Amino acid sequence: MLWTRKDLLGLEYLNREEIELILDTASSFKEVSTREIKKVPALRGKTAVNLFYEPSTRTRVSFEVAAKRLSADVINIAAETSSVRKGETLIDTGKNIQALKADIVIIRHNCSGAANMLARALDISVVNAGDGWHEHPTQALLDMLTLQEKLGSIRGLHVTIVGDIAHSRVARSNIWGLTKLGAQVTVCAPEILIPAGIEKMGVNISNNIDQALKNADAVNVLRMQFERDANAAFPEQLEYFKKFGITSERLAKAKKNIIVMHPGPINRGIEVSSEVADGENSVILEQVTNGIAVRMAVLFLVSQGKG
Amino acid sequence: MNILIKGGRVIDPKNKIDAVMDILLENGKISKIAKNITTKTETFIDAHGKIVAPGIVDMHVHLREPGREDKETVSSATAAAASAGVTTVLAMPNTHPAMDCAENINLLKKIISKSAKINVLICAAISRGRLGQELNDFVKLQKAGALAVSDDGSSVDSDVLMLAALKAAAKCRLLTICHCEDKSLSCFGVMNTGFNSTRLGLRGISKASEYKRIERDIKLAEKVKAAVHIAHLSCSESVEIVAKAKKRGVLVTCETAPHYFSLTEEALLDYDTNKKMNPPLRAPSDLLAIKQGLKDGTIDAIASDHAPHTENEKNIEFERAEFGVVGLETELAVGITELVTPGILSLSQLMQKISLNPSRILGIDKGTLSIGAAADIMIVSADQLWTVEKKKLLSKSRNSAFLGKQLRGVVDYTICSGKIIFKR
Amino acid sequence: MQIKAKIMDTEAVERAITRIAHEIIEKNKGTEGLCLVGIRNRGVHIASRLAACVKKIENAVVPTGALDITLYRDDLACASGRAVVRKTEIDFDINNKNLVLVDDVLYTGRTIRAALDALSDFGRPRSIQLAVLVDRGHRELPIRADFVGKNIPTACNESVEVRLKESDQVDEVLIAVKE
Repeated sequence: MLWTRKDLLGLEYLNREEIELILDTASSFKEVSTREIKKVPALRGKTAVNLFYEPSTRTRVSFEVAAKRLSADVINIAAETSSVRKGETLIDTGKNIQALKADIVIIRHNCSGAANMLARALDISVVNAGDGWHEHPTQALLDMLTLQEKLGSIRGLHVTIVGDIAHSRVARSNIWGLTKLGAQVTVCAPEILIPAGIEKMGVNISNNIDQALKNADAVNVLRMQFERDANAAFPEQLEYFKKFGITSERLAKAKKNIIVMHPGPINRGIEVSSEVADGENSVILEQVTNGIAVRMAVLFLVSQGKG
Repeated sequence: MNILIKGGRVIDPKNKIDAVMDILLENGKISKIAKNITTKTETFIDAHGKIVAPGIVDMHVHLREPGREDKETVSSATAAAASAGVTTVLAMPNTHPAMDCAENINLLKKIISKSAKINVLICAAISRGRLGQELNDFVKLQKAGALAVSDDGSSVDSDVLMLAALKAAAKCRLLTICHCEDKSLSCFGVMNTGFNSTRLGLRGISKASEYKRIERDIKLAEKVKAAVHIAHLSCSESVEIVAKAKKRGVLVTCETAPHYFSLTEEALLDYDTNKKMNPPLRAPSDLLAIKQGLKDGTIDAIASDHAPHTENEKNIEFERAEFGVVGLETELAVGITELVTPGILSLSQLMQKISLNPSRILGIDKGTLSIGAAADIMIVSADQLWTVEKKKLLSKSRNSAFLGKQLRGVVDYTICSGKIIFKR
Repeated sequence: MQIKAKIMDTEAVERAITRIAHEIIEKNKGTEGLCLVGIRNRGVHIASRLAACVKKIENAVVPTGALDITLYRDDLACASGRAVVRKTEIDFDINNKNLVLVDDVLYTGRTIRAALDALSDFGRPRSIQLAVLVDRGHRELPIRADFVGKNIPTACNESVEVRLKESDQVDEVLIAVKE
């Protein structure tokens, strides 16, 4: 299996073999970060540009570390400080980056489809670091790598995704990736946060977290994206925590070794209790570590896929 | 200038003509239709193997002038229209300024008389500034030349104001055209609600936001026995509601646009902003319902909803791009390709939907080849294939939903008031 | 690809590995400070067989690792350089060790160059020696092997196929002609 794509836009567009290739490559890359000299020359002389239209520390830093461990040069552009504020369009910005002879653009944008649009307009590689409510492929890949490490194989696993499914790109990418690799996915949220037709993505729908946890091997707890949609009616925070929050009491009724994941940053006491976030079922920090390996793999593969 | 058109297949649904005949045009009017006319004329057109039909009457067009001449002008839009067989358009009132007073209408009339290549009719706004708050003086608007009223682009949210508008319009026999959208339901949506909006991560526009408002407008029209025309039907529920209303005798007519019977929301899967319009492309089942509505007569008319937008307004993030597509230059060909070729409508029925019925709805003497009628005619090679190319479009904006598509049906001549205004 | 000749059979492979193991012990005067690193993929198998031989002979366990050199390849940037990255597993300290790098075939020397670069990211061995099952000549870099199972003169349009039980169900070395 060889990688042939210049871009990574979402997991919807990949087949099972491609996803497995990324995960295999990522698990090879994990070793690099354990060395004393945490750097390999694979992308020496390449330039990666972090083009971030949304505030994000964790994803941007993770991509930056990944690129640097591959010896690529990294340039960070935050929309607040760039010519974007002067009204430059996304495509113009992209073409300027291309004209600088950069090799990879890593884009985070609050509009769904922004990465797709940029990829169509540019010849250089585009990696989606999260677009609107659409996809966040590297987050899902690192979640899957973590699951694979903890539980051996994704096939046959029961994974519950709880939280603001409607506004979550993490949920969408996880659903595409997990179902393609043979997991059974349940999305759990108040009715108002379940988007139309999501069952057609091959998931079960639940409005009851206790039931959704019953058979789950893992639960992925989404951030409540209060900032994402000013128009939507959100459930009241305490009420949400009462009905859907992941607490030790709830986990006590689930499988003993259930894995608790969270894409961060955590709203403690809203979607997950501190006790659980810091508890022994939590793999939240391992996810962060795996994020580097996954992003190294993605950057490496897309720069191979251009030929 | 006298013109003799010889040997074409003449289609005139009003007079139930569909036969090979000759047509003589004299002094801007149709003077004779018969087999083998031998009158000597200055101009002779050989129409063998071609269709000769009434020019298209497009009752839903955004000319953008005055105010947004960067998108389109009366001159560019009517040139585009002429190249595609369109001889009459109804200009929607959402210009800047809006067509909400006699003064603005007079301004537009001046532009039309100076630069229009075809007949341009004017639809005035229902409310002041199209803000849905204060009713315009319909009598004055009509006197100034308005043929219909609409707040198109927006719906009148207030039931009270809408009822008053329908009443006032009925009184002076103006047609009310309704853009049906309940914004409290469509709420910042950008595409049809469903699996595809979910997978693309885009806010949905529910069908309910359209059909609930249609339901209301029909109910209000029924109450005051006013004629109401529903613009751009896009979904199955809407067709059903109109069908039921027609059955009970409500004075309701409706139109759909070519994109609703040729494209579905699946066309959006790569975030193509040239497929973004309002109402949005719907599901395949809706497309079928629209086709069925056209076939069974529930949907009276086809209109382009020609909505030009500049490259700057379209070549941006999907959520931020403007709604709307240009359509004057493709409506006939999309109709032939999607309705006539698969046998949903006959050519004659298509001509009825794009020419005769809109004329009847608007109460104008167009859409026919009757003796004495204005000589507005298109001559069409109905089987000829062509590909929609961006650089060949005459409209000032090229935001067509059909770029790259192969369509059937090419216009060879367009004649307006007896003058050849377009020749391929 | 057409097979031209079988150069080594099971016994020949076995004997060559055993001999190399003896030579490694002899040259390093025992196993003190010795470690083996195989280059993926087949070098890893040969390295673990060498380790097993050494254990038999000296009754000592030699730390053995696996090295994937993909990320250090000098043709990575080319279109033809599409490569699969596999795991590197060197879970011991290589500083001040006598490190024997193991591969199946020595050809242009570019793989070994990449391996040397990679090893320098892991530390500073006292010495690095090279053991290969087959040396087929045609070097493009100034590199030579310290331990060679068999020298096989080849033409450029030929390829040397090493097959090992661990990955190919059989031990043999073949010469094939590229078509």
